[in-house]
Amino acid sequence: MILPVGRFSQLYDRRGWLWLGLFTAAVVLVVPLLRLLAPPTSAFYLSDYYVILIGKIMCYAIVALAMDLIWGYAGILSLGHGLFFALGGYAMGMYLMREIGNEGQYRSFLPDYMVFLDWKEFPWYWAGTEYFWLAVLKVILVPGVIAYVFGWFAFRSRIRGVYFSIITQALTFAFMLLFFRNATGFGGNNGFTDFKRILGFSLAHPGTRVVIFAVTGLFLILTLLLCRYIVKSKFGRVLMAIRDAESRAMFSGYNTRDYKLFVWTLSAVLCGIAGALYVPQVGIINPSEMSPANSIEIAIWVAVGGRGTLVGALVGAGIVNGAKSYLTVAWPAIWQYFLGALFVVVTLFLPHGIMGWRRGQTK
Amino acid sequence: MNGASAKLSSAPPDADLAVASAQTSPINLSHGVILYIDGVTVSFDGFRALNDLSLAIDAGELRCIIGPNGAGKTTMMDVITGKTRPDSGTVFLGQSIDLTKKTEYEIARLGVGRKFQKPSVFEQHSVYENLELAMKGPKGVWDTLFHRRDSAEEDRIHDMIKRINLAKRVAEPAGLLSHGQKQWLEIGMLLMQEPQVLLLDEPAAGMSDEETERTAELFLSLEGKHSLVVVDHDMAFVASLARKVTVLHEGSVLVEGTMDVVQNDERVIEVYLGR
Repeated sequence: MILPVGRFSQLYDRRGWLWLGLFTAAVVLVVPLLRLLAPPTSAFYLSDYYVILIGKIMCYAIVALAMDLIWGYAGILSLGHGLFFALGGYAMGMYLMREIGNEGQYRSFLPDYMVFLDWKEFPWYWAGTEYFWLAVLKVILVPGVIAYVFGWFAFRSRIRGVYFSIITQALTFAFMLLFFRNATGFGGNNGFTDFKRILGFSLAHPGTRVVIFAVTGLFLILTLLLCRYIVKSKFGRVLMAIRDAESRAMFSGYNTRDYKLFVWTLSAVLCGIAGALYVPQVGIINPSEMSPANSIEIAIWVAVGGRGTLVGALVGAGIVNGAKSYLTVAWPAIWQYFLGALFVVVTLFLPHGIMGWRRGQTK
Repeated sequence: MNGASAKLSSAPPDADLAVASAQTSPINLSHGVILYIDGVTVSFDGFRALNDLSLAIDAGELRCIIGPNGAGKTTMMDVITGKTRPDSGTVFLGQSIDLTKKTEYEIARLGVGRKFQKPSVFEQHSVYENLELAMKGPKGVWDTLFHRRDSAEEDRIHDMIKRINLAKRVAEPAGLLSHGQKQWLEIGMLLMQEPQVLLLDEPAAGMSDEETERTAELFLSLEGKHSLVVVDHDMAFVASLARKVTVLHEGSVLVEGTMDVVQNDERVIEVYLGR
């Protein structure tokens, strides 16, 4: 079905669209031009460090939006969203490993870790990993199918609240243990790294980097608009109704399981895509991305920014990760205290996050 | 509350709709019975909440069901609406649909609406949105994802808002309404579903005398177009409806008849007063 344009423009007011326009210009024009054209001596020069940092935070922001959709609007707290992010990352990572070709340490057509394990050929599930389009398909399908199957059973059994959260936590933990094993075939605890190229373009080249950066920025905007469309639609109102009074929604004739399954799967797919955009930028993916703490952190971004607002997810992901990367450099010994203090302050004084507090101020 | 001067219109605008939906309804009413509960037993850990309960509700009837605490009134509602599966027995909607094989949302779509004991509305949604969500129509994922409000829908919602006397609070979150207003909103939501059968669990609980009176008036005005099952233990409210009364006790029917008959029945006096 085609979205009517008139309705699409109503997703945001003029100020909202202006901000989105400015952001788009920044990611597709300003940042790439500054990176490529400004000389290193100039005050406007943007180093790779910042391009990677901002790119990384934009990936996290996509994850935060996916989290807000499922937690803020459907009331389902997932503590396993890091899994879907990592799965998307691994799907892309497998392709990037194939792009290395025989330029690895051992000059073999196999990835270094396989040579190290004395494997002679790729395991069967590596078939087709050399094709980019297949990698893209897997980035969407692997997290999507796993989330769908998991959700189908969980929602059918009417598992909710803290029980659901705990099971998602266990799920990501189980996958982490699986991926830690060398025999699983995904590089064990080192994961994938030392990528050289994507689609034949060198990943070390600034031009490649800014393109991936711009694609990430555009996908972030697309995700925001998609989420906004969903929460503004009648579907979104049903979702919030399920969050607040599920049995009333059922007795009103809504198959609440279908609704939850739909957003749950969509949310996982968005995380997977974010992971796939993340890996070529940071240059590494390993099982620590699946650690329970990582998934909990995603929930914290959304809580800090303010649940059920979408913008709050962006703000939260930006502030927490921005602060984290600044503090780890400025005060490496005590940065965690700052992070801890931020969470305490938000929990005690800003129960609805930064956006909730701002809304209270403007009232 | 400002509803004191309210009048719940006794000329419902959905009269035509009820007729129209009856024509397209899958419910077979050839024997004039809309709800037929037959030999239903439900046990929780050995306790028999319903014990071989059999009960028939005629199409268009207003039936009151009373009984002391633990008589099985709410469990009976749970079984009819698919929330609880009976250990044995069947519940038929019309002649052909076995509700014990359906899920909650399927039963709701078939035309069985339920009002909970505690008012259950979507507290963060506006009054308007509450009615919109309840309104009869396609309710699948894709239907709502691409749904567009049209003026016919808006008219129906506004008619209902007037009827439940919440016109001044259309845009307010339902959570801010008074208890009695929430009860009415929930009744309004049920009516938006255009149900064949309305199950009302203690609809007058927590209402002022005047609100209770107007609620009784509303139910009497719905009689004939919908079938209503009112569960309550407020004898005065049930008496004001003055319709056929079924008394439940320990999970089965004790007595059935007019309020006079029921009130003077020795067994009823015994279970109610514990003699």
